[in-house]
Amino acid sequence: MFNRLTPFESSLFDEFQRLEREMDDLFGRWPWPIGIRSATRGSFPPVNVGATSDEVDVYLFTPGVDPKTLDISIQQNVLSVSGERKLPKKEDANYYRQERFDGEFRRAIMLPEDVDADRVEARCENGILHIRVQRREAAKPRQIEVK
Amino acid sequence: MAETQDVATRQSADVQKPERQVVLNPPVDICEDAEGITLVADMPGVSRDRLNIEVDKNSLLIEGDAHFDMPEGIQALYADIRSTRYRRSFSLSPELEPNNIDATLKDGVLTLKIPKRAELRPRKIEVRVD
Repeated sequence: MFNRLTPFESSLFDEFQRLEREMDDLFGRWPWPIGIRSATRGSFPPVNVGATSDEVDVYLFTPGVDPKTLDISIQQNVLSVSGERKLPKKEDANYYRQERFDGEFRRAIMLPEDVDADRVEARCENGILHIRVQRREAAKPRQIEVK
Repeated sequence: MAETQDVATRQSADVQKPERQVVLNPPVDICEDAEGITLVADMPGVSRDRLNIEVDKNSLLIEGDAHFDMPEGIQALYADIRSTRYRRSFSLSPELEPNNIDATLKDGVLTLKIPKRAELRPRKIEVRVD
């Protein structure tokens, strides 16, 4: 299913990711430029982005977040999502593990240049926020007829 | 000699299994109070019918398949999440009552309440003054 969305899960790509992670761990930085708006690995919420010739699909994994409290905006081709996940804390309990993200978050996602910022829709299901941005007509591949 | 070779080939065949399904480890919060243990796991994309919880005396397994709408012919541009399969298991301890686990799933968050055996819950001891 989602394997379809990760076609470049080739060994080379995996290897590259592993290398990047190791470099991150070793030196705390990557010698090559990183995206100016990119987030640290493991940031909340995780994001997947996919595209067809008609639209760009952004999936934000925001379990337990009320979608009405999310602030979603798009400026040219940068999509920003911010919000807060406040986890209820049990006062009289001992915590053994706290791995889930708690607090405010913001993520900016660079979309392809040709997205149409006026045609965006977002829906949330089972804790996944799915944002669909249509692409401009000109960007779609056109069939060229031979006369 | 021949036997050694056999073992060696079998091992490498196992290692190179083509179906290498990546499994996601859902992040969890675990806390304990007088009533029992509460486990909360983030499993976005999982609905009730794609969630599986298995419990026996000593262990608890949670697994689920995430599902989300994808248009035909989609190509990945970027992916933090590279699988749709969640799985994580925990060992339980004998004072817990695995048959009475209360599970709720809401907006991709699974909450499990695992009670302690009634006889093992901490009791307040009253001091009588005669």
